Amino acid sequence: MDLYLPVANLSVNALVIVLLGGGVGFLSGMFGVGGGFLTTPLLIFYGIPPTVAAASAATQVTGASVSGAMAYLERDGVDLRMGSVLVTGGMIGSLIGAGLFELLTAWGQIDTVISILYVALMGSVGTIMGREALGALRAMREGLPPPARKRRHHPMVANLPLRWRFYRSGLYISPLAPLLLGMAVGIITMLLGVGGGFIMVPAMVYLLGMGTQVVVGTSLFQTLFVTIATTMVHALTTGAVDLVLAALLLVGSVTGAQIGARFAQTVRPEYLRAILAAIVLLVALRMAVDLFIRPDEIYTVQ
Amino acid sequence: MRRAALFLVALLGAAGWAIAARAADPRLVPDVSSRAIDIQYSFTGEELLLFGAILYPGQRLPDDRADIVVVLKGPVRPIILREKQRVAGIWVNADSIRLRTSPGFYAIGSSRPIDQLVDERTAAIFELGLSNLSMSPTGFSEAKTLARFENGLIDLYRRQGLFYEDPKAVEITEGVLYRARIPVPARVPVGNYRAETYLISKGRVIAVAARDVEIRKAGFERFVALAAQRHGFLYGLTAVLLSVSLGYAASAIFRRR
Repeated sequence: MDLYLPVANLSVNALVIVLLGGGVGFLSGMFGVGGGFLTTPLLIFYGIPPTVAAASAATQVTGASVSGAMAYLERDGVDLRMGSVLVTGGMIGSLIGAGLFELLTAWGQIDTVISILYVALMGSVGTIMGREALGALRAMREGLPPPARKRRHHPMVANLPLRWRFYRSGLYISPLAPLLLGMAVGIITMLLGVGGGFIMVPAMVYLLGMGTQVVVGTSLFQTLFVTIATTMVHALTTGAVDLVLAALLLVGSVTGAQIGARFAQTVRPEYLRAILAAIVLLVALRMAVDLFIRPDEIYTVQ
Repeated sequence: MRRAALFLVALLGAAGWAIAARAADPRLVPDVSSRAIDIQYSFTGEELLLFGAILYPGQRLPDDRADIVVVLKGPVRPIILREKQRVAGIWVNADSIRLRTSPGFYAIGSSRPIDQLVDERTAAIFELGLSNLSMSPTGFSEAKTLARFENGLIDLYRRQGLFYEDPKAVEITEGVLYRARIPVPARVPVGNYRAETYLISKGRVIAVAARDVEIRKAGFERFVALAAQRHGFLYGLTAVLLSVSLGYAASAIFRRR
């Protein structure tokens, strides 16, 4: 079934887009990530202009994170104070991101920067996750208890001035640290159309040293509000949000997310993390290879 | 209806004029299958039929064969054309030129290959053929660079169906009626198009006639595209509400089970 996308200015097969959203949603429900890191590259691969892909993927991540964020809020799994600081940073970041977007577009390097950011971020996060997951799996097989992680924040965080108490996270640190982290993720959300959960969660654990019981909920809370901000900024600056495309993706992804979340309960979390690491690394590898081989289109029109 | 009536009057007028001016050159009476193409929800492209009649003075066919060239040309706009090159191992946009009058769509069909019909100079004057489009380039250094970029653009747009060339598209019946089908792809830019017909004989363009065609988004698609351009805030709000409510609805439905 072909459908015309009024902002992207081309026709797509609606079923393919819904299935794409469903597949990404399934993974996002299973792993508790937004899934934007898969949507944007897949849409670009399908032929959607990169800007429209990033903007509409951000809208889709909003939908995918709503139910998760609400569930964690009900269970008191969100550090609201930490979340507010992160969201404030994220909103500042999305505005900075919009400026960068415009600058890079005028300079003609937006596509390359997006690709390199993807490769660098997903390559490193995937490696860290993969190594940890493998370690946990090995420990599991040998019947040992999983290696206990020392919970402490990075020394750089401790050196920042001004300290607040974040009760739910069990932290007494400078709010500047989460503010800066939120800003960085906001910039990335704006440029890549990702929710940033795959960066946020490790950063919360390893940089801030947050208590694990509120990490995922707070990350989802931040993702929800920052993707909303990003959608608004995109609508006001690039005008690249395609409502029809976003709606198709959403229909698939919100359903897929619910199925994925149920499926996740039947699989051991160690395996889940190993699979997620493999997917992240595969996408990073694919994008890295694309940077080095001769692209299909040498010429582009702007 | 009024349009059709007007058209009829014009046709009769043209025919009458042609009969009155017996000694003059032949005339063309062109038309297109639709004056306006609406881009709607399931638009996957369309085929536009350019057809018409050649009116010879005194209704006498000439001894030589005359040829017809039809051109469908979209609105021109300024573009930046970028070229990727390998820099330090990776492919990045390295070089660019500006083209101030690049058509977003250009299709040409003829009854014989253009180079057999007219010489290069005439083809350049009437912009017949993809290599004869004048795109007003700025910011390039050499003619060689320009040619490379223009070929790149032509190749790109050709594969996207935005540039189209078919030397056998025009079919002439009995020397007086002609018709040509021009494919219009889904990713066609909206705007005012011109469908031009050229009558060519012995290397000379002896008659030219044109019709306007409008390609526009219609209905819901038009509404969405306009809202995205003009009311960014409300549009963004709609997108947010849509995603939040769909996400909420899905979790509510699945929880009930």
